[in-house]
Amino acid sequence: MPIAGLTGGLSWAALIVIVPLVGALLTGLWPRAGGWVALVVALLTLGTTLGGALHVWWQGPEIHALGGWEAPLGIALVLDGLAAFMLLLTSVVGLFVTLYALGYVGRQERSGRFWVLWLWLWAAMNALYLSGDVFNLYVTLELVVLASVALVALASGGPALVASMRYLLLSLLGSLAYLMGVALLYGAYGALDLITLAEQVTPGHLLMMVAALMTVGLMAKTALFPLHGWLAPGHGSAPAAASPILSALVVKVSFYLMLRLWLTLFPDLATPALGVLMGGLGGAAVIWGGIMAMAADRLKPFVAYSTVAQVGYLALFFPFMLAVPGGWRAVVFFAAAHACAKATVFMAAGTLQRAAGHDRMSELADVMRGRPISSFAMGIAGAGLVGLPFTGGFIAKWLLVETAIAGDVWPWAVVVVVGGLLAGAYVFRLLGPAFLAGRGSPGRPIAGIMEWSTLGMALVSIALGFAGAASLQLLDATVTGPGGL
Amino acid sequence: MITENLVGEIYLVCGALLFVLGVHALVVRPHLLVKVLAVNIMGSGVFMVLLTAASGPDLIDPVPHALVITGIVVAVCASAVALALMLKVRAATGQARLPSEAPED
Repeated sequence: MPIAGLTGGLSWAALIVIVPLVGALLTGLWPRAGGWVALVVALLTLGTTLGGALHVWWQGPEIHALGGWEAPLGIALVLDGLAAFMLLLTSVVGLFVTLYALGYVGRQERSGRFWVLWLWLWAAMNALYLSGDVFNLYVTLELVVLASVALVALASGGPALVASMRYLLLSLLGSLAYLMGVALLYGAYGALDLITLAEQVTPGHLLMMVAALMTVGLMAKTALFPLHGWLAPGHGSAPAAASPILSALVVKVSFYLMLRLWLTLFPDLATPALGVLMGGLGGAAVIWGGIMAMAADRLKPFVAYSTVAQVGYLALFFPFMLAVPGGWRAVVFFAAAHACAKATVFMAAGTLQRAAGHDRMSELADVMRGRPISSFAMGIAGAGLVGLPFTGGFIAKWLLVETAIAGDVWPWAVVVVVGGLLAGAYVFRLLGPAFLAGRGSPGRPIAGIMEWSTLGMALVSIALGFAGAASLQLLDATVTGPGGL
Repeated sequence: MITENLVGEIYLVCGALLFVLGVHALVVRPHLLVKVLAVNIMGSGVFMVLLTAASGPDLIDPVPHALVITGIVVAVCASAVALALMLKVRAATGQARLPSEAPED
């Protein structure tokens, strides 16, 4: 058995993890070449994830036994529709963020640290998406946390350090709650492999406790409503090149894990009451985040509160999972649309902040008029956040509303629409001043690639609007539990 | 047989207790060093629960031991990052605790 695995050669799944990992080590060895290594890694990772996604598209899910050791003893990498979709999203956003960071980090003295941490984080995220083993998921989850905390802490200064400390402690609490769930699962069923576990679990008190521990732990990491306090200071004070990574990608990692667990291990525990509870928390997040974004007076905390609001929609996967078979796919597509739009807004916000030398929203209008490319990109992404036509956000919200109505849980459609109106109000508050007549000044010099990569990211969020059907079809090839939803 | 089960149950209860104590200290105690220690105590609680899974009626299962060792490695890394961050927080703000309200500017 081991020999057959070895001669099978490297699979896409293994390559997707190895490429950024090797890149992280190389940038650690040659900090000066960090930017170029990262660019090559980003392109290669995009290539391998594309290869992996096409493999899933044509041939269905792939299960790769690492080192040739099969599931009960070894650790499996599972490349299925959901994993391939998230990997593809990560590498597209990652490529544009890398281009942006080439301009932002530039030849600063400590730029090497950014590249090491970013590629390390990328490798950890890819490994997490591919893990098919609850303990391996814990390890990759911790790697993601440690790398992203260090990215926040790269912005020196009291507020950033305090924010990253708070983020770290809360994340550790979440990880350990998750690990307690793993320990209980192993004690009860003697297995760690997700697919094996899915066949063995039986609904009962123990499984409910496991589900509660894991879900609450991951909710804290996803910054779902009552546990969202750490997000705005953390994402708001991170370096401009790190904020888009954290807000667009890292938040989605724990959401993905929550979704994966509920699809494979706990589908029998999902009751309508739980759906109402989780959906209600999501709705509260949409409203609360929207109100806080309306009240924010600085640009980056403003964008971060918008993330709190948009994360609320992700919680809708609970009621949708129950209402319609495959209803969760709409939420995953929304996660992708949000990732593209939010990455764009954070990148543009970083550019404007550097050009103006501050990020007080009331005084940014001059710089916004003087930097039309960034402002235009921000406008496109803002339209995506609201859900205006011709953006990925529109298709995503359309799918959400359609799922809510098809599943006869239409109150959630109201949440989506009201949330869209709130988003419209705060996005207008952001962009409105730039349309008033007045002096435009480009501010301090900015590397051109920062503005063009932001525009590129914005165009991707439009292109996503045309990939709705293909995305849903890819997500169909997802490995779920026997009670499959 | 009975004594083995009893030992297992004592481990399970103690593990749960340590976990809860850790959560309590992490939330209540303000000093960052105490918070980092609390996270470690939570971790120890989880490891004790994992160890009960290793004790079977006849065979000793090696997998939980491997998990605990990996878990300890992860916990050491996380503690190292947390302690380093704590020192930087103290250097920047003058105290090793989190301010109750984040200052706006």
